[in-house]
Amino acid sequence: MTNNLRVKSSKFIDETYKISFKFNGTTYYGYKGDTLASALLASGIHLVGRSFKYHRPRGIMTAGSEEPNAIVQLHINTSRTEPNVRATEIEIYEGLEASSQNCWPSVNFDIGGINNFLSPILPAGFYYKTFMWPASFWEKYEYFIRKSAGLGRSPIEPDPDIYEHRYIHCDVLVIGAGISGIIAAKTAAKNGFKTLLIDEKSYLGGSTIYQNSEHFKINNQISSSWLEKEINEIKKIKNLEIKTRTSVAAFHGYNFLLARENLTDHLPLNQRNNKIRQRLLKIRSKKVINATGSLERPLIFDNNDRPGILLSSAIDKYSNFYGVACGEKNVLFTNNDSAYETAINLNQKGIKVEAVIDNREEVDSKLIKEVENNNIRVYKGYTVVNTSGYKRIKKVSIMKLSLDGQKIIGSKIYINCDCLGISGGWTPAVHLFTQSGGKLKFREEDQVFIPNKSFSDQISIGSCNGDFTLDEILSSVPKILKEFLNIKKSDFENLEVHSSFNKSKRNIWLLPSDKVIGKTKPFVDYQNDATAKDIKLALREGFRSIEHVKRYTTTGMGTDQGKLGNMHALGIISETAGSKMGELGTTTFRPPYTPLTFGTIVGRNVGKYFDIFRKTPIHDWHVENNAEFENVGQWKRAWYYPKNQENMHDAVQRESKAARDGAGILDASTLGKIDIQGTDASEFLNRVYTNAWSKLAIGKCRYGLMLNEDGMVYDDGVTTRLDENHYIMTTTTGGAATVLGKLEDYLQTEWPELDVYLTSVTDHYATISVCGPDSKKIISKVIPDLDLSNKSFPHMSFKNSKIDKIKCRVMRISFTGEHSYEINIQANYGKSVWQRCMEMGKEFNITPYGTETMHLLRAEKGFIIVGQDTDATMTPIDLQMDWIVSKKKYDFIGKRSLYRSDTIKENRKQLIGLLTENPDEVLEEGAQIVADINKSPVEMLGHVTSSYYSPNLKKSIALGVVRGGKSMIGQKLIIPMENKQINVTVADPVFLDKENKRLNA
Amino acid sequence: MFLIDCPYCGEREQSEFKAGGEAHIVRPKQPTELSDDEWAEYLFMRKNIKGIQFERWIHIHGCRKWFNVARDTSNDVIKVVYKMGEKPPTI
Amino acid sequence: MNIYKVIIQNSMKKKYSIFSLIKNAFSYHENWEKAWKDPEPKKEYDAVIVGGGGHGLATAYYLAKKHNMKNIAVVEKGWIGGGNTGRNTTIIRSNYLWDASAGLYDHALKIWEGLSQELNYNVMFSQRGVMNLAHNLQDVRDLKRRTHANRLNGIDAIYLNTEEVKKFCPIINTSPNIRYPVLGGTLQKRAGTARHDAVAWGYARGADEMGVDIIQNCEVKGIKRNGDSVAGIETTKGFIKTKKVGVVAAGHSSVIANMAGLRLPLESKPLQALVSEPVKPIIDTVVMSNAVHAYVSQSDKGELVIGAGTDDYVSYSQKGSHDIVEGTLNAILELYPIFSRMRMLRQWGGIVDICPDASPIISKTTISGLYFNCGWGTGGFKATPGSGDLFAHTIANDEPHKINAAFNLNRFVSGELVDEHGAAAVAH
Repeated sequence: MTNNLRVKSSKFIDETYKISFKFNGTTYYGYKGDTLASALLASGIHLVGRSFKYHRPRGIMTAGSEEPNAIVQLHINTSRTEPNVRATEIEIYEGLEASSQNCWPSVNFDIGGINNFLSPILPAGFYYKTFMWPASFWEKYEYFIRKSAGLGRSPIEPDPDIYEHRYIHCDVLVIGAGISGIIAAKTAAKNGFKTLLIDEKSYLGGSTIYQNSEHFKINNQISSSWLEKEINEIKKIKNLEIKTRTSVAAFHGYNFLLARENLTDHLPLNQRNNKIRQRLLKIRSKKVINATGSLERPLIFDNNDRPGILLSSAIDKYSNFYGVACGEKNVLFTNNDSAYETAINLNQKGIKVEAVIDNREEVDSKLIKEVENNNIRVYKGYTVVNTSGYKRIKKVSIMKLSLDGQKIIGSKIYINCDCLGISGGWTPAVHLFTQSGGKLKFREEDQVFIPNKSFSDQISIGSCNGDFTLDEILSSVPKILKEFLNIKKSDFENLEVHSSFNKSKRNIWLLPSDKVIGKTKPFVDYQNDATAKDIKLALREGFRSIEHVKRYTTTGMGTDQGKLGNMHALGIISETAGSKMGELGTTTFRPPYTPLTFGTIVGRNVGKYFDIFRKTPIHDWHVENNAEFENVGQWKRAWYYPKNQENMHDAVQRESKAARDGAGILDASTLGKIDIQGTDASEFLNRVYTNAWSKLAIGKCRYGLMLNEDGMVYDDGVTTRLDENHYIMTTTTGGAATVLGKLEDYLQTEWPELDVYLTSVTDHYATISVCGPDSKKIISKVIPDLDLSNKSFPHMSFKNSKIDKIKCRVMRISFTGEHSYEINIQANYGKSVWQRCMEMGKEFNITPYGTETMHLLRAEKGFIIVGQDTDATMTPIDLQMDWIVSKKKYDFIGKRSLYRSDTIKENRKQLIGLLTENPDEVLEEGAQIVADINKSPVEMLGHVTSSYYSPNLKKSIALGVVRGGKSMIGQKLIIPMENKQINVTVADPVFLDKENKRLNA
Repeated sequence: MFLIDCPYCGEREQSEFKAGGEAHIVRPKQPTELSDDEWAEYLFMRKNIKGIQFERWIHIHGCRKWFNVARDTSNDVIKVVYKMGEKPPTI
Repeated sequence: MNIYKVIIQNSMKKKYSIFSLIKNAFSYHENWEKAWKDPEPKKEYDAVIVGGGGHGLATAYYLAKKHNMKNIAVVEKGWIGGGNTGRNTTIIRSNYLWDASAGLYDHALKIWEGLSQELNYNVMFSQRGVMNLAHNLQDVRDLKRRTHANRLNGIDAIYLNTEEVKKFCPIINTSPNIRYPVLGGTLQKRAGTARHDAVAWGYARGADEMGVDIIQNCEVKGIKRNGDSVAGIETTKGFIKTKKVGVVAAGHSSVIANMAGLRLPLESKPLQALVSEPVKPIIDTVVMSNAVHAYVSQSDKGELVIGAGTDDYVSYSQKGSHDIVEGTLNAILELYPIFSRMRMLRQWGGIVDICPDASPIISKTTISGLYFNCGWGTGGFKATPGSGDLFAHTIANDEPHKINAAFNLNRFVSGELVDEHGAAAVAH
């Protein structure tokens, strides 16, 4: 074999630009414009990979995105490695390194090839019938199954490339830039529609652009010349955006489409850094024109999978577009006129065509006549029955077909060849159309599914609509466009078209063989090694639905998603089961059309952009002062402030003690704040909180508990009456958004008559809480004008004040049980006020504390944290908070649910305190609580919700929920840990200062 | 992803909205007078219709207004959009 | 003795094994018999199961096997296993928080452990372990709470710290500096995955063998009542008389309930999943993360199997919104940045029926002879064998088994929910 099969220069290939690349470690050369496939073929390489199941040698089969066989790994062992890349799609670039997949040690000698010899015992679904003995061995079998499955290798390093999203809104989207798409784009754009034209290839013009045959002419010009002029024209149109190397992946409802634009995959690696690799286009188009073309069908016969067997149209493209001969002795096998186009083209380029084998008997076709006039032997009414050649086809054997096409007759003829082109006619690419919800209909005469009914504003034109020949396309497309775009005339009407194509076709889904089918390997799904006999086996075993057959045989489930073989699978099912194709339906075409990189779907939403962090106005101070942070919802909250290599325990002990002995300061800015105004504000609060609000005096604060309508505690917080019709509500940090949403929901939908307005002001204020016996002294220095006497400013009240000239709200509320103040100030002054507090508090050893200390301090007081001590199954009664549930109020959210038969039970889980027998032993939060460890099964009474070592009480304390806990004070219970049991006593949940003396200390 | 025609803002991407379930389930005026069964009916039981469903949506990343939508749940086609408080249209 | 042998041969299907494969290879696999027949419905059955998914077929199987009810049928409007059975991400685990749930799912898990042998059909149940990750302090508390409860319930769950998570699944990004750092996790080693289609097919074959009629392409159009009792069902293949109807229709449960004049506490929502192209083994376990919503495993074929979340609206279209898929992959790349260059091969949606407490209903109804098994939400596949077994018991005895007693319809009236949402309560 010669090393250069480049037969004739092509204008699509730049022969002055030579590119070197490696395939399986060997260096090869190609030219700019080549794909990996065309460059390999030019070097005489067909064997590219091994199949999934039988590890059969496989070669390049197509010239497009439907390729099932020639899939490779790029740049193995590097961060830019990528598995399962189609050699037919990757444009070569300097430094490209590709390797074969699914073979060991090499593609030429693959141990896995043994599977081919075992294939008699590996029919479809064999794994459902075996590997069951001994029972414990499945995972050992599976280990080997998994190792031999899979194709390429996953990257193992983070991706160095970047991706992004772009939103596009247009009037008309044209998918596919073949002749139909070009006509559509021009027509739409010229008529003023904002138009987007997309094609997956690097060039425009589809397959027409490389047709140089006198047999296909438009206005007396060769079709490619005519189209080239049109393309040059549309490039100048301003309201037409053209995107090549862009594949529409998904067509969703409401004309929402996703497309992947490839920006750097064709560039040498050293030119890719800091460029966007791929862009996900999120397209919302008023109208969509599908011009997605059609895919050539293979033919199904014994051993139809050898390297050197290609689609006839692919051979045509390799010679016409890339100037590459796929073989030196070509045979074509067809059931329609397409292969004759290929034969004529090859012949013109001096590539030898040994014979054309045609299923059909005599057909009156100009193309056939020309082939015969060139002394190429045409076998009419013949079929290929077998092929030979392990790593490259060497020979085909053919036999005469019976009249009904179901049997073969006569004797076998052998033809030597090194390349076989097959053509089974064309299948419209209706994938995107059906993804959008479109329904298909079956056209009997040429056995194709074509678009029928769609549910959005879209149309299919050209060969994806079942118009395969040039004359059909050019007569139908302008008419369809006029109607669809509602325009009066089209530039493309009355074109003079000449096409020699005869539409006749003899469709035989599974060609007959001289062997019993059991001995043959007629592949339907090449990648997954599903054969026609697998499909027949599935039917025999009772799998009748197309989806069952697909799943049982894995037909159509490879990386090509059955673009080539699905129709044959349907046809064979229909023939075997005696059902009609139209009634059988198709399998669902699922997005994406071609596989879509995860990185592209994610775009920029990686790393720190995955989700935002919310930071308080005082955040920087916490960072400067060595805080460790806790993530709460979207917030970063200071967790504790370790000093001098303290561990968390020591830091929290120090902070907790300081807060009770002197003063502590907490950044509480993350708490949700909702401003509530309106003449019905009090009534509104009455309805959303369990307690009563109407009588709350202006200037006073009150703690409120909010329930879900099912009676379970949902959120809590302090709400302050600022004025007659003005409140400020605080919520939990994590609950802020959902509480606001819930309140708005009730307000707008259930109680629209209420005059109430809600505004989220969480981000508007910084909230600084200063607590401890010295807090009053500190605040009096920070805000000297404020009267802090208990009489003027008692616990649970609020004052408007000023720090310098800056207005602030000061609340005397406490979550620690200490005398404490909460300063709310415009957010941008938060940090300076905090710093002032620190400065003024220095003499009192003011100590910043984080959320962990806050949790400890409130636990000493038995205050709950919603979400930690509750879990959406706790009512206020369960929490021993009966005092907050108004008996007088007629209704509030969740009230009715508190009186259901289960919620009124006495022995529900109830909040209690827990003290350990050993005061130094701190319980694990989440540990379960039991009464009798010997009972079987163990009865779990509840669990520990909060647990700390209290430096102020000098013992371990915990909160928990226990079934019937309310009446168990003093009772001994057990915490069964993995390796020990811990004895505990049920206690009152308020461990410290039950009389609340410290509040006014 | 749908396009939803917010009655206050016009047509917007679905991602700006949030669904709120079946519409026209009126919160009982006197919940305490309902039996457990009746209350459960209000609280949990849903028609969950396959076909035209009247449902609530909020333009959560927009005007934050609740409104009603009549949508065919079998194919997600939105038939009509109408404001809170308006009666469900006949379709 | 001989007669006995003949009967056995006639009634038993030929056993699947490596030997039967070799034997059939000699006849080119031309002599395999049907895995199940395709009969027309009889006029009357002792019970009819509506819905030929895994749960429905398992119900029929156990009705025949354990309760000797053999004159029964499964009616399926499409093809068996075509709903959520064939659309889920195949995760099986039993590490649930509440006693009732743990009991239910572990009952199922125990059946899974011998299911391939019981059915003589390899359902490929693979105990490769399921990890649940914690990303914040409340997650840690919740997972520890669950692990303690699991241990006391006899379920093999353990808590792992970050290093142990990394050791068990090295490709997880456990850097403390990511947006949602991994603070720990739980591991249930007995948990894993199975081949979803095989479960439906295996149960169908087993049920068919015992005489159950599996009737596909047969849609239920109405439920005929005789006062407060069931009298039969109207189908696209005619009226079928029966006194017991067990509905296992997943996303379409409400549609059937509405025919009987019942309302259920369900909403049917889109749930999406996707697979990547197949690659050689890269992740050998199942990893779930609730906080960032990503779960992933790798199928025996080599595809990464990734589950997304539900949309928030009711839909029967079997389609969800792209935002959900995008959000899921965002989370996947947060935890597994190495997958950025992997490619999504296929994406699809199912319809999941969700209860307010995220627990199922396996229950009698107010209509005598009408039973519902529904509300499995996003996690029904794992329960398939147990659900079938318990539903069969409920139908045969007209009262629940003690394992499914808590999963009754009345809990929505009494308030005694089995709230598996519980652990996901709001943060402080």
